[in-house]
Amino acid sequence: MATVDLKDVRKVYPGGVEAVKGVSIAIPDKALCVLVGPSGCGKSTLLRMIAGLETISAGTCSIDGKVVNTIGPTERDIAMVFQNYALYPHMKVYDNMAYGLRNRGMPKDEVDKRVRGTAKTLELEHLLERRPRELSGGQRQRVAMGRAIVRNPKVFLFDEPLSNLDAKLRGQMRVEIKNLQRKLGVTSVYVTHDQLEAMTLADVLVVMNAGLIEQQGAPLDIYEKPSSTFVASFIGAPPMNLLPLRSGQLEGAVTLPAVADNAATLGFRPEDCEVGADDAALDGGLRLMANVAGVEPVGAESFLYCDAAGGRIVVRVPGRTEVRIGDQLPIFARREKLHFFGSDGKRV
Amino acid sequence: MSPRVVFPNKILPYLLVAPQLAITLVFFYWPASQALRQSMLREDPFGLSSKFVWFDNFKKVLSDPNYLNSIQVTAIFSISVAAVAMGTALLLAVMAEKVVRSRGLYRTLMIWPYAVAPAIAGMLWLFLFNPSIGSLAYGLRWLGINWDPLLDGSQAMALVVAAASWKQISYNFLFFVAGLQAIPKTLIEAAAIDGAKPFKRFWTIVFPLLAPTTFFLLVVNTVYAFFDTFGIIHAVTGGGPGKATETLVYKVYNDGFVNLILGDSAAQSVILMIIVIALTAIQFRYVEKKVHYG
Repeated sequence: MATVDLKDVRKVYPGGVEAVKGVSIAIPDKALCVLVGPSGCGKSTLLRMIAGLETISAGTCSIDGKVVNTIGPTERDIAMVFQNYALYPHMKVYDNMAYGLRNRGMPKDEVDKRVRGTAKTLELEHLLERRPRELSGGQRQRVAMGRAIVRNPKVFLFDEPLSNLDAKLRGQMRVEIKNLQRKLGVTSVYVTHDQLEAMTLADVLVVMNAGLIEQQGAPLDIYEKPSSTFVASFIGAPPMNLLPLRSGQLEGAVTLPAVADNAATLGFRPEDCEVGADDAALDGGLRLMANVAGVEPVGAESFLYCDAAGGRIVVRVPGRTEVRIGDQLPIFARREKLHFFGSDGKRV
Repeated sequence: MSPRVVFPNKILPYLLVAPQLAITLVFFYWPASQALRQSMLREDPFGLSSKFVWFDNFKKVLSDPNYLNSIQVTAIFSISVAAVAMGTALLLAVMAEKVVRSRGLYRTLMIWPYAVAPAIAGMLWLFLFNPSIGSLAYGLRWLGINWDPLLDGSQAMALVVAAASWKQISYNFLFFVAGLQAIPKTLIEAAAIDGAKPFKRFWTIVFPLLAPTTFFLLVVNTVYAFFDTFGIIHAVTGGGPGKATETLVYKVYNDGFVNLILGDSAAQSVILMIIVIALTAIQFRYVEKKVHYG
């Protein structure tokens, strides 16, 4: 239905603060693009610029091939789900959903058909006569979704829509949002600071930091090949282990493959570590001895927090573990699972 | 609901509310009961004796054409003051929201008139619109309006309404600004994305959410127009020309303290009290139903 193209978009606030410092993203039709990053990285500002709620200081934002920089939010034909849902407290659920349709002059019976149809999809039918304050957090979230869907807009914008829900509900809604987005085939931009949401939802994942894009691409590509230490430590839970290299050497490592001269940091993921593995399979990989400082059994897996090579690393082992605090363990990581970053934090 | 505070001591809670109760009793219930007693007494012309006449004063007052005129004047005056003061204040508050630079200064200036005493406010307007020396009166005449509030009853009414509203606008403005600030910005943004133009946004989102504030101000403004405008009317028109701006409260003063018909005046003030109690009750009973808190 629509593509969204950002070309070198910048946002400078009147005080001189630059929140977004030149961002280019091309979101294909029907794709779900997730903007992820720590708070203050400019992701919400970027979303609000796409919505038309913030002016664009430089660069262009196009929806469906048309530059919309000077078009207000009213005419952009987008729908947005806010973090606090922003439901109209004085209107019933029905009127909340019908508001956008009525504003566009849709005939009454058509409005009714659309609202009831959407309510059915989202299982909101029994709530239509209630007011927002009579709903639970999860129900409000669904109404906010319904208000966006009912309009059948060109683009959906989500501003951390699940951050006010409890963990279980968040998991359910995540799956539901993904399914709905697929089914409706509406191009979407989704802002979150939760890397799990980002990984599971995204067709296009954009990792932002300090107003700039650190990396964009398919979620698994980013997971497998993080372009910087920032991305490496942001994507994945627990984050990638990062150990400092001193002139190509790792303090306390038993073996270490040949390292590029300019590499300053070695990274490997907790799930790529093996404890007591077969030496032959680890040819050319990393071997080091680690002192266990903490054990976290989660059930399906356990995390070992270890001191090794001048830093703290996390090792993921499947199932139960017999390892106790104070144990010394040999840790292995295969060569192809190692990541190297330069002194500027970029991948080498 | 906050949890109830339980006092272990039985007397202490009464002691704590005693000052407030004492003030209410001395300055409200006692004068009110005195007025009620006075309204059933008739004084002899020299003020030496009085006799109890039951409801004769009320009968006399309610059949007096001057009194009925005064009711009509008060209705027109109160509705106009409440409408003008609230409408203008709301407009200014909405405009003040849009001010980007020196918003604080703008707001401070808007609140100043509230600090002006009623009689001074009245004098101010009297001079500005005085047919012979007023600078704004000159402007009005220049516009082709035959401006003479000393002779024309409706013009006198317009003048006192303007003066009374002007003083109340600041107060209303303060509450409207606070009310507007309490409306989450995201609601306005959501409405914009939902395709509502600014004017529509105001009437369908902002105004309904402002209803608790508006309702509160409606009660306050009505009471203000009924009771607190005496000073302005006294300074600007003195109830005239004829009896064109003689509101109920002004008539109470005139009959009681100028003409010294104490019984009639007391009866009028009792009626006035009943009217305001009734109005407030009606407002709470019917208007509040349409108000959504939170």
